[in-house]
Amino acid sequence: MSQYTLNINGQSRSVDVAPETPMLWVLRDHLDLVGTKFGCGIGMCGACTIHLDGTPVRGCQTPVSTVGTKRITTIEGLSANATHPLQKAWMELDVPQCGYCQAGQLMSAAALLRDKPKPTDADIDAAMAGNLCRCATYTRIRAGIHRAAELGGAR
Amino acid sequence: MNTVTKPGLDRRGFLKFSALAGGGLLLGYYLKSGDLAAAEVGQPTAATLGDFAPNAFIRISPSGEVTIIAHKPEMGQGIRTSLPMVVAEELDVDWASVKIQAGMFDSVYGSQSAGGSTSTPTSYAPMRQMGATARAMLVEAAAQTWSVPASECTTASGAVLHAASGRKATYGSLVAKATTLTPPAAGSVTLKDPKDFKIVGKRLPGYQNADIVTGKALFGIDQKVPGMLYAVFEKCPVFGGKVVSANLDKIKTLPGVKQVFVIEGTTNLTGLMPGVAILADSTYAALSARKQLEVKWDEGPHAADSTAEFDKKAAAIGAKMEGGTSVRNEGDAAAAMAGAAKVVEAAYSYPFISHTNLEPQNTLAYVQGDRVEVWSPTQNPGAGTGLITSALGIPAANIKLHITRSGGGFGRRLSGDYMVEAAAISQKAGVPVKLQWSREDDLQHDHFRPGGHHFLKAGLDASGKIVAWQNHAVTYGTMAAGRGGGMSLQAGSGGALGAGQFPDAVVPNFHLMQTVMECNIPMGPWRAPGNCAFGYVLQGFVDELAVAAGKDPLQFRLDLLAAYPAPPAPGAAPAGGGRGGGGGGGFSASRARGVLALAAEKAGWGKKFAKGQGAGLAFHFSHQGYVAYVAEVTVSRAGTLKVDRVVAAVDVGRQIVNPSGAENQVEGSIIDALGVAMYQELTLDKGRMVKGNLAEYPMIRMPQAPAKIEIHFLTSDNNPTGLGEPAVPPLAPAVANAIFAATGKRLRQFPWSKSDLSWA
Repeated sequence: MSQYTLNINGQSRSVDVAPETPMLWVLRDHLDLVGTKFGCGIGMCGACTIHLDGTPVRGCQTPVSTVGTKRITTIEGLSANATHPLQKAWMELDVPQCGYCQAGQLMSAAALLRDKPKPTDADIDAAMAGNLCRCATYTRIRAGIHRAAELGGAR
Repeated sequence: MNTVTKPGLDRRGFLKFSALAGGGLLLGYYLKSGDLAAAEVGQPTAATLGDFAPNAFIRISPSGEVTIIAHKPEMGQGIRTSLPMVVAEELDVDWASVKIQAGMFDSVYGSQSAGGSTSTPTSYAPMRQMGATARAMLVEAAAQTWSVPASECTTASGAVLHAASGRKATYGSLVAKATTLTPPAAGSVTLKDPKDFKIVGKRLPGYQNADIVTGKALFGIDQKVPGMLYAVFEKCPVFGGKVVSANLDKIKTLPGVKQVFVIEGTTNLTGLMPGVAILADSTYAALSARKQLEVKWDEGPHAADSTAEFDKKAAAIGAKMEGGTSVRNEGDAAAAMAGAAKVVEAAYSYPFISHTNLEPQNTLAYVQGDRVEVWSPTQNPGAGTGLITSALGIPAANIKLHITRSGGGFGRRLSGDYMVEAAAISQKAGVPVKLQWSREDDLQHDHFRPGGHHFLKAGLDASGKIVAWQNHAVTYGTMAAGRGGGMSLQAGSGGALGAGQFPDAVVPNFHLMQTVMECNIPMGPWRAPGNCAFGYVLQGFVDELAVAAGKDPLQFRLDLLAAYPAPPAPGAAPAGGGRGGGGGGGFSASRARGVLALAAEKAGWGKKFAKGQGAGLAFHFSHQGYVAYVAEVTVSRAGTLKVDRVVAAVDVGRQIVNPSGAENQVEGSIIDALGVAMYQELTLDKGRMVKGNLAEYPMIRMPQAPAKIEIHFLTSDNNPTGLGEPAVPPLAPAVANAIFAATGKRLRQFPWSKSDLSWA
């Protein structure tokens, strides 16, 4: 076990865990930040997508020992009070069905909009192909990203 | 986070069972005011004395706060939004003022299973009654207070009004008086005229959307209680295999591991199976320790089974129309076939597939003596609690179950295996346990959609009319206890193709034979059980017959439907069950014609396409819903498929409760069904399913989703029915028929990724 001090959603959080522990489980089991979801454990579903210094990564493929001082952003820190344009668009268009994948979808989409404030359908397909939605809300996710771009993109 | 809560408050409610319209559901356990049990998943609240609780579904506080209990499990189908909408509509309150609580598992609510697309048809009318009854009592309370006739009072936005005197009283102000009144007899209250609906029929977002987009919505996997251990459970890859020995002593020494033991289990393939449980202080510690677990299994008699062998066996069985059970045998199909002008033969098949809920199976359970408290993502709470009683000896009355939000259902969570596993582990460990399945567990130990094989032959006369039809349907089954006791071979869920499938009623010489091959694979309902596969087979083969007859595929189907017997009376209650597919259970050919014609009209059926592009159509009736699709595709010369456009026509009755949710279901069904057709297959080898994780079991992703989906609802004068399933079955045949139109290649086998679609 090792002690780590992490910068999560602008707060300093300490954990005592095995160095190889994936951030997914550090967040969920040790820090009670359960918005980041477990779906496959091999980086193929995208449900555990978080940001490290703004770059989307798979929480299940990110050992805590590799994070260092990078800023970690989870769905709980995407905005204060659900005010990110993507969150507004998701609610406006009623995107979710079961909702389980949506944290990962939003984190991937947020990184896309930061890099490309007005993405095309092709941009969206390319950026979002790593995020599974088992309920298959892909049509609305695509529309939601376009709507968020209208609402102000990455802010 | 949850904490373990005290046992629910005793209910001193009195029973008032009453048969209500629309399904005859017994749903009238009226509670005395202020006596409603705590009912929110994750955040139980004590009943507040002084609230007006005219029935189990509604609570109004003296301050005017309206709480509606959502009793059905939410798994993405939107039922915890749509049924409260129905209650709120008749109660006549503003939607924005309503607080929705998830109901605990409790017989007070009637059935809490959400499966078979039955929640809307069985609960729509009762929920209207619940709202209207409460409204009537509030009106009566105001009328008595003001000494005016109740008939002179109206309601609006959570208040009772008396126009003649200009008086107005909010519901909250009437709570004290209303609690003293006796609820009126069910059926005696006046329901709203649907043209006055303000909530039902409006596009409303899912009730937990704000929590979902901020990561606050709690699923089963997110539950936590003090002192809880994290468990994983390793079962034999050959279903039902028993533990001979395991390196438990080594596992006990690994970091974070607190307990490790064998669960003996039962012989029920869909119940508590044998295995090894590892309990640790975190999920990661348990998963890591499991990598070093070595178990010697007694794999039992099925360790050599394979789907390759089953495929060969099915082909041998299906080569003849003999040896099986004749499900329907009208006229003389063999003789008529011999005399037919043209005979078409085709073999269709589909593999075993998994549900692959994105939230892997899990449950938190805490057994204390002969009591247990459970938090579980279930769509059928009674299945898991039934297993807890039968396998662990815990009386039903001692099971307290929180029905959490589920990360997808699709029929998988109608099973209770993961729930009883968690309870069994907690019972043996003596501590609260959250059981977490891995993705590999989920793919290996699903209750799979059974594969199937259909050997079809049809004869056409010189005019292109179908005069003979033979189908030897070969499916899979397991030995299971029958209704009369004793073991018998029973087809897996949805495996049995019943009579009453289009177009059997209008083919004079029709022979449907079914053979069930015994296997050792746990099977369960998969979104539109049976129909999700039969729709592909039947609407694909009918398309082949249209081509052979030289007819337009739309006109060919319309002609067959025109020959059907008269439909049930308009407005008749949906036939019981109604799960069976395209013909049985009150099938209305006119409704099928309606959706076919609408889809064709909206899509502009009959358009000309360049080579490599084409349109196909299909319809199917299941789960009381009628859905038709026109699909337009482009297939590149190299064989890459792109679905350009899907036009849907849907008839699920006279009232779409929430159009936003309904469209979401249809969009999801279209893409889900396309993914199944394109990619999904599980194969059995050496008695075990061979796929490991999502790398080996690909799922459809955004780039493969249809570029354009258009949905049209045809509101017919029939009772509202569900939409979780009926939009699945006709999608694959519509696309397959479009691929044929584009390339001349007829796809008769799932998944299409194994077929070469290239053309020159």
